[in-house]
Amino acid sequence: MSEQAIRVAGLGKKYHLGSVRAAYSTMRDSLRMVAQSTLRGLIRKAERVERRPSFWALKDVGFEINRGEVVGIIGRNGAGKSTLLKILSRITEPTEGEIDLHGRVGSLLEVGTGFHPELTGRENIALNGAILGMRRGEIARKFDDIVAFAEIEKFIDTPVKYYSSGMYTRLAFAVAAHLEPEILIVDEVLAVGDAEFQKKCLGKMGEVAAGGRTVLFVSHNMSAVQALCRRCLLLSKGELTLNGPTESVLPVYMSQAKTVSEYVRTTPSDKSIALHSAAIDIIDEPTRQILKLRTEITSDSTSNVSIDIRLLDMSGTAIGFAAVGSFNSSQSIELRKGQTVVVSEHDISMLAQGSYQVQIDIAQPTFGYFDRIEGFLGFDCVASPQPGCYRRMQQSWGFGSVEFPYISHSVQLL
Amino acid sequence: MTIADAAPPVTRIRPSGGWRAINLAEVWRYRDLLFFLTLRDIKLRYKQTFLGVAWVVMQPLLTVAIFTVFFGKLGKMPSDGQPYALFVLVAMCPWQLFAYALTQSSNSLVNEQRLITKVYFPRLIVPMASVLAGIVDFLVTLTLVMIGMLYYGVDFSWTIIFVPFLMLFTLLAALAVGLWFSALNVQYRDVRYMMPFLTQMWLFLTPIAYPASIVPEAYRGLYGLNPMTGVVEGLRWAMLGTQAPDTVLLATSVGVVVVALAGGMAYFRRMEKTFADVV
Repeated sequence: MSEQAIRVAGLGKKYHLGSVRAAYSTMRDSLRMVAQSTLRGLIRKAERVERRPSFWALKDVGFEINRGEVVGIIGRNGAGKSTLLKILSRITEPTEGEIDLHGRVGSLLEVGTGFHPELTGRENIALNGAILGMRRGEIARKFDDIVAFAEIEKFIDTPVKYYSSGMYTRLAFAVAAHLEPEILIVDEVLAVGDAEFQKKCLGKMGEVAAGGRTVLFVSHNMSAVQALCRRCLLLSKGELTLNGPTESVLPVYMSQAKTVSEYVRTTPSDKSIALHSAAIDIIDEPTRQILKLRTEITSDSTSNVSIDIRLLDMSGTAIGFAAVGSFNSSQSIELRKGQTVVVSEHDISMLAQGSYQVQIDIAQPTFGYFDRIEGFLGFDCVASPQPGCYRRMQQSWGFGSVEFPYISHSVQLL
Repeated sequence: MTIADAAPPVTRIRPSGGWRAINLAEVWRYRDLLFFLTLRDIKLRYKQTFLGVAWVVMQPLLTVAIFTVFFGKLGKMPSDGQPYALFVLVAMCPWQLFAYALTQSSNSLVNEQRLITKVYFPRLIVPMASVLAGIVDFLVTLTLVMIGMLYYGVDFSWTIIFVPFLMLFTLLAALAVGLWFSALNVQYRDVRYMMPFLTQMWLFLTPIAYPASIVPEAYRGLYGLNPMTGVVEGLRWAMLGTQAPDTVLLATSVGVVVVALAGGMAYFRRMEKTFADVV
């Protein structure tokens, strides 16, 4: 039963900082380098190589996965998750170590890779299928299923540039969903599309797993990881720090996250609508507690957005959702070109005592999100200032994270 | 999703050394991808143009018109006893294919960087597809040549059976050069700016506007180093029945392509593993 599907041993990947920063050099630079090194002579050459800054995106990573297992890979930004996936998908080569993959490997690092706007839905299905490694006969056989799954029958001969973004994403995912590899490697693709689409993706992933295939799943979405994966690998700073059952790995990951109440993006964003900063304030009122969120959003055009706020408890479970404009379009936020500051208030009195993480999305209702801040923001709930007013329960008691407000009760003696 | 490896059940990933042989069996397994990428390139070429497919016909005809006026009429260039316009048009057949394939394949890896950083497949497929898409030019111009032959009353000869081989040879020549430049372009974007000059220079180094016979005997061997010389002279012989190309020149052309192709593949293979990191 426990047949091995994936074996990774001593895996490492070194990047030279120079080659990452300067994505490509000009020939003149190279010629100058050659000239300089020749001038300096061979003695200094070793020294020059040493000085070229490098870092290990992955170092000495080893694990084994059995056939039919669904394993989550978690870790903060820059932990090496993407690098690991790229190596497993053979997009890039490891610097050291070895990997054995038993069975056909399908990797889904992005939906719709190779889609061309000028081509019709039909043409894109064929092309994308081939890019994903399907044979021509296989594509023809699955064509009707793909079209039905994407629900685009009427537009199949229309160039996809005329598709709505929802249709485009559905079609792209539909093609990917009809690949049948024995080992499936999935990146954060579930983070796109509307809620219904995400549900469909999760459903499909569950099906794949139930069918006895091996799945490696990278995600920031802890509830998806919880729902799908029995086992998790936790990466941090390029090293595999934990490998065990999901319920024991997630709390470690959550407690590693050092959350702050204010986050300002330091790297410039290339997104059309970007979250520049977010700050959380907890305000105690006599009978309730309020989470006050201040976000700064930059936009390069006029558009309507909503703000989605997800709360995660320390086990990584999504325990609640608060929103501005997601459910009620009259509350949606109209952005103008430039910077917009949005302040919103949400009642959090029913939360149990403990620490929470906050994930913020700037989203377009019913489609997807423009930008997201996750894994940085958080707050602590402590006992209410007036004893007995609200909040007696603690997260650590294991009863959950929400204490429903008491309204009334009646007692009748019979 | 990519099926990284279809036939053998076990995929072994190890860091590789410097030079490796190109894996043609794997390219063959991905032949459907090659087919669809080529088809896409052909379909996309004249999308959103007013004249559309007419461009495929216009490009060689306009070039021929210009050459005929300046070199044929004003320059009184010899044309091996053939009508000058037809003489140039035949040469445009392989040249159009070569020039298009060369330019497209050189930029192909850079243009497909999204594909390269997100999906695994033999990278060789990318420049190959660009080269193959040039076949359209060849076939269209060849049809024009046949129309021209009927118009000028030039007889068809049995040597026409060599045309497919000459086309194949042109494809290989373009691929040989394209492999070098596409791999270089990933690292050095200078290639992109160099290409227009290179193709222009190459055009004049190839006996398109003039017959190879005007090149002095002493330089004939050197002249054969340009594989397009052999192809153009060969196609004139196959279609118009001009003098058969010089065997030394032909052998040199073949030799050059074989060496360049082998070298290009080896270099491509060596650079291949870093494409996703560098592009």
